Amino acid sequence: MRASDLLHPRPEGLYCPSGDFYIDPVRPVERALVTHGHSDHARPGHAKVLATRETLDIMAIRCGPDFAGATQAMALGGKIKLGDATVSFHPAGHVLGSAQISVEHNGLRIVASGDYKRATDPTCAAFEVVPCDVFITEATFALPVFRHPDASDEIAKLLKSTRQFPERAHLVGAYALGKAQRVMRLLRDQGYDRPIYIHGAIARLSEYYESQGIALGDLQPATIEDGDKADFAGAIIVAPSSSFADRWARRFPDPLSAFASGWMRIRQRARQGGVELPLIISDHSDWDELTATIKDTGAGEVWVTHGREEALVRWCELSGIAARPLHLVGYEDEGD
Amino acid sequence: MNRFAELLDRLVLTPSRNGKLKLITDYFRVVEDPDRGLALAALTGELDIASVKPAMLRQLVSERMDLVLFGYSYDYVGDLAETVSLVWPEAPGSRPNHDITLAEVVEKLQAASRSDGPAVLARLLDQAGVSARFAIIKLVTGGLRIGVSARLAKQALADFGTVDVTEIEELWHGLAPPYGELFAWLEGKAPKPEKAAKALFRPVMLSNPISDGDLEKLAPADYAAEWKWDGIRVQAVSEGGIRRLYSRTGDDVSGAFPDVVAAMDFEAALDGELLVGVPSEATGTFSALQQRLNRKTVSVKMQDRYPAFVRCYDLLQLGGEDLRGLAFIERRQRLESFIATLDPDRFDLSPLVAFSGWEQLEKMRSTPPHPIIEGVMLKRLDSPYLAGRPKGPWFKWKRDPHTVDAVLMYAQRGHGKRSSFYSDYTFGVWSGAVGAEELVPVGKAYFGFTDEELKQIDKFVRDNTIERFGPVRSVRADRANGLVLEVAFEGLNRSTRHKSGVAMRFPRISRLRWDKPPAEADRIETLQALLD
Repeated sequence: MRASDLLHPRPEGLYCPSGDFYIDPVRPVERALVTHGHSDHARPGHAKVLATRETLDIMAIRCGPDFAGATQAMALGGKIKLGDATVSFHPAGHVLGSAQISVEHNGLRIVASGDYKRATDPTCAAFEVVPCDVFITEATFALPVFRHPDASDEIAKLLKSTRQFPERAHLVGAYALGKAQRVMRLLRDQGYDRPIYIHGAIARLSEYYESQGIALGDLQPATIEDGDKADFAGAIIVAPSSSFADRWARRFPDPLSAFASGWMRIRQRARQGGVELPLIISDHSDWDELTATIKDTGAGEVWVTHGREEALVRWCELSGIAARPLHLVGYEDEGD
Repeated sequence: MNRFAELLDRLVLTPSRNGKLKLITDYFRVVEDPDRGLALAALTGELDIASVKPAMLRQLVSERMDLVLFGYSYDYVGDLAETVSLVWPEAPGSRPNHDITLAEVVEKLQAASRSDGPAVLARLLDQAGVSARFAIIKLVTGGLRIGVSARLAKQALADFGTVDVTEIEELWHGLAPPYGELFAWLEGKAPKPEKAAKALFRPVMLSNPISDGDLEKLAPADYAAEWKWDGIRVQAVSEGGIRRLYSRTGDDVSGAFPDVVAAMDFEAALDGELLVGVPSEATGTFSALQQRLNRKTVSVKMQDRYPAFVRCYDLLQLGGEDLRGLAFIERRQRLESFIATLDPDRFDLSPLVAFSGWEQLEKMRSTPPHPIIEGVMLKRLDSPYLAGRPKGPWFKWKRDPHTVDAVLMYAQRGHGKRSSFYSDYTFGVWSGAVGAEELVPVGKAYFGFTDEELKQIDKFVRDNTIERFGPVRSVRADRANGLVLEVAFEGLNRSTRHKSGVAMRFPRISRLRWDKPPAEADRIETLQALLD
């Protein structure tokens, strides 16, 4: 059988006819397999959702308990038969609960990576290489300019800045799911034991991470009801970066805006966003991780999706690996 | 090198002056000699490294990676130095087991010949990490462009050693990278370096603006008045065959003014205003002077078209005698007889303005005899020449600013304390035929308003946004709806860079005209009439 008979794009998402399911569908479908909890991958309204326990919990937190008609938790590594297809979930190292999805039929195996990274992350299970015939890879940072440094060095920069500018509130912009908790955990790993103040938008997910055994230390709401502005001098506040432009940010003394994202590698991105302290911390693979992973899977064919497809396709051609862009719609290629 | 690279990265994104000073002084504190001195030289533009052309960088990178992938990368990043620093393939085993120092980088680059330059650069890039690669490429392509002036770097030195910046300026031209003796003195480990070099800069005396109530306390008989000329303040020093023309902050600008330097056949230090024109006939505008500024060299044609001269107002040194301790009136007498001995096409005397009382002077100030005059200076007759800006002896009393009623068009978010406020405003005036008017931007201002007014404008911007581009919002601005700003400015220059053809000097918001309908804001012709 041809690989495109086993999985192919439809307007709803990536579809498997032999198992009658979609992977990360962007519209409501009968049966959805979800790689991870970010909102462009995990949408409410499907009749049935299969995902890891953590991803299901996260979807319930973000979309409400009735986000799907029925759910089924998938253990990492466990196999399940859906129609004629055999499906298994494997850790992707992206955020808590994130998984790659392997689909097998008649001896052909395709692995859909979802979003993934290879760098170590104390808040989720490490990526596992799944040998396959076809590897569907994300391409968020698929340009040779993206080389993520060690995240702990970036956290050290933030801590150094709080010592250099103890009078300023350090606002760290971070995705509410995954990045925020990873930044906080990394701060704790470097011995930072002061309270970390958080925006309301990340409170529930942080509580959930705590409940899953990822200790984040003393987290306080970033409100000034019982204190005054000066309490935030030198403090670290973690919030979605969109909140910096809001009046919300006015409660802090002379805020210094930091942003934890792989995009911060490009100076102009930092400049345009008014970021004073770029922290290059990404939950996606950089160029070297993407190319190394393609090699590690041993895949003879690579399908590239959401991001800078053309550069990765070019690299595959140069490396003698068949590759094509998979034109899926509805995913943010900017998220990190 | 990594510490220097980190400093550059932080400086370029840190908007506040105090923040930059803190970053630089911290760097001086933790980094050892000679690296910190070389960094200082890089910041002040004193580092002498043969430059590398962009084409050579492309050549180096094309030998190392697929050009299609490089093309995608460059298209995405948009900056060649940055792209090359990011995509440079790290050859396995090429990184030394220690971080390469700035001193090693500078030494290797300075020792490189024209022919082995590219290979030396490539080897350094192999040895450096990604941030250091960017810093190395910035060093060799010339111009760090990180928003740090030589003046700011000197202020950081002053902060670092808790001395006055004028002390640094005074010493500066006698010192050379990597400034070991300077740092040793600032750290209290060695005495102040001797002023061994000739024709050094003398820190200038500055004035305070006249504010409300000042004049009532001053006796007209104690002061001399002079016109305030709209040029740039310079110091012309010639000693033992060394001739230097310094800017107000001690930067050596001799290279741009060979015509003036050639006429400095004296042993003295003069303080005056650099202007263009022929002193006896015509004094050129500031726009004309700008043709001569910020150049390292200047063509003969340019010198003929815009001849420069110094209109002198003080004499600090004559022969071996330091005159700075004398009273203004005594220095003035010495100046007058000295100027008479100089080339009249290059040096003339800033005349004193006779007046008997403040009211009379006020009349002269508001109707000056020459368009290049921007006000009057008041100098106390018995005052010695003091470095810095002492309160009392010298005042500037500027002509009132021009104002124009303009309409707010775009607003950009500020930084630091203002990062959640739309605090930088682009404003325009009407142009085009009656009935088909449109706004043309004429300037940008980010101060002049109170905190309370800032909140009001911010609210207006948020409530009237029609489009967003990153940190910028475009706001509703038509004949009937919009916010009129009264903008004050010091002068107008012609500009080919702005669609309106004019560029304002020192624009600031002077009043918010909530009461005024946008249709009644000024037209571009009002501004054009102000151009000379």
